[in-house]
Amino acid sequence: MALNLILLFGLVLAAVWTVMTIRLIRAVVGLALTSAILAVIMYRLNSPLAAVFELSVCSGLISVIFITTVSFTQRISKERLLVRRRERLAKFWLLPIILVTAGLFLMQHLKIPDFVVSAPSYSQDVREVIWNLRHLDLFGQILVLFAGIFGVVILFKEQDK
Amino acid sequence: MASVFILAPFLLLIILNLPFKFLRRGIAFWLAAGLLLIQILSSALHQRIAAHIPPDLLRLFFSFKLSLDTLALVMLFTIGIVALVALLVARATMATERHKFNFINLLLISLTGMNTTVLVTDLFSLYVFIEVTALSVFVLMAIEKNKFAIEGTFKYLILSMIASIFMLTALAFFLLSCRDISFSGIQAAFSAHSNVALLNVAVMLFLCGLFIKSGAVPFHGWVPDAYSEAQAAVSVLLAGIITKVAGVYVLLRLFGTVFVVSANLQNVIMFVGAASIVLAALAAFRQGDMKRMLAYSSISQVGYIILALGCGTPLAYLGAVWHFFNHAIFKSLLFVNSASLQKKFGSTDMAIITGMGSQLPVTSATSLVGLLSTAGIPPLSGFWSKLLIIIALFSAGKIAYAAVALLTGVLTLAYFLFLERNVFFMRTDMTLESKGGVPLSIKLCEVLLAAITIAVGLGFPFILKILHYTWL
Repeated sequence: MALNLILLFGLVLAAVWTVMTIRLIRAVVGLALTSAILAVIMYRLNSPLAAVFELSVCSGLISVIFITTVSFTQRISKERLLVRRRERLAKFWLLPIILVTAGLFLMQHLKIPDFVVSAPSYSQDVREVIWNLRHLDLFGQILVLFAGIFGVVILFKEQDK
Repeated sequence: MASVFILAPFLLLIILNLPFKFLRRGIAFWLAAGLLLIQILSSALHQRIAAHIPPDLLRLFFSFKLSLDTLALVMLFTIGIVALVALLVARATMATERHKFNFINLLLISLTGMNTTVLVTDLFSLYVFIEVTALSVFVLMAIEKNKFAIEGTFKYLILSMIASIFMLTALAFFLLSCRDISFSGIQAAFSAHSNVALLNVAVMLFLCGLFIKSGAVPFHGWVPDAYSEAQAAVSVLLAGIITKVAGVYVLLRLFGTVFVVSANLQNVIMFVGAASIVLAALAAFRQGDMKRMLAYSSISQVGYIILALGCGTPLAYLGAVWHFFNHAIFKSLLFVNSASLQKKFGSTDMAIITGMGSQLPVTSATSLVGLLSTAGIPPLSGFWSKLLIIIALFSAGKIAYAAVALLTGVLTLAYFLFLERNVFFMRTDMTLESKGGVPLSIKLCEVLLAAITIAVGLGFPFILKILHYTWL
């Protein structure tokens, strides 16, 4: 239980750091860290296949692509960095206070109904479900790939012309 | 039969992208137009031709579980018409051949996505294909690479992602409580009253996601930007059908036939519907740009559908489905009108374009049909569907909501008459330089859509008789 709580807090912290940090490269690292913690949580929740996917694709492959992209960008100057940092925090200083207050309020007053249900136990293997039982979703996946390809072609390739 | 609606556009997409140059030229347009015409005809004449079609041979290869009922047929028919119109508008307004070709490809992806959304019988597949449709729209909207279009796309993207998170969480809850996320499995779980609290939370989360997707108040922030900044053909497609299928149709399907909705939740749905009707109509008054005004009007009309859905009686459901069809037709008509203004004068700003009726006789006449139908003036199509909704609300004892629906019709008429007077009928000394004529294909779309609006209005008793047998 304690470990789960630590992991969840770590997940939220890494995610917040990803969003709030100025430097793109740190945001990428934050994202990879978030995915890695999520992978651990998934493993602990008894779905090792999902954890492997999360770790290899979201934490590994995507980070590589992002870092490649970031390496094409330029660094911003020190002064602008400081200004940006101040402006950015000025917008959000109220957020943690609101969150903590709302959390405390909800903990005291909200009666959470009994949501505890046993996780469904599937006899089928994940691979069998994906490849044999859900053809339609695979078809959707192919369409998503096509849309992605056209997106890249339209938004980036034609910009040079 | 059903899987043809999915595989045909996908196959055409593959064929168009084979490495043969002649496919990229004009022929792509004709192939896509032919496909859409076949979709329109086969969905309209399905009852007649169903007996002559051999059983689905594709079932030997794919295990697609699809259902082709009356609601799905109405949707396929509407999708076919609006997509065809968008295709014609794109042919007339897009700058280069390359743009047109890209548009056709993305149109085919979103067409496959929408057709499948309409036909699936499983909640997870439904989610997957809503996302497919949305993804193609993000790219379509950003085709016009100006700053405002990108901003509109970004807003839609972020809110769409939030909606996706809601829906995915709801899916997880459904999986926990129902074990089976096919529509029949969820129905069974509702009738067995298992895990009621969890089911209710899941339904509420799904509802929030769908409200964002369909742009109901208070989740409407992205709609005006998305509709008004996109390219003309994309606006027609987006406002006419895509957000309607990805949001409103799914609401109609799930909350009409799959979920069992508690009385409290019905009240919430009706309240959101009524709030959308009134607030969007009030906001439409303040708009200076024609496309933005149309976008707000679209939110308001979606409110009618949601209100009728919340009412829950069979008559209200019939009214909601029928208003869906009518709204898709006349809102596409009005967006095509704005496209012809854009083409002729290079702007849709109502402060710049005044008194242009004499220069655009077809546009001004058809826009009058479209906006009178939106406001619910007899005998046009919008009148009948609104009448059905109001009668249903009245007979269900929701008199306050019926009054809201009725009175906002007057408001709608007011802001549209303001638009019509300003843009078309005002006497003015201002002369605007014409940037070229309105192409024939746009005029054809305008006349076609106006003719459908009038014909459906005049022939409504006949149509009601057909629909009556199916739903009441």
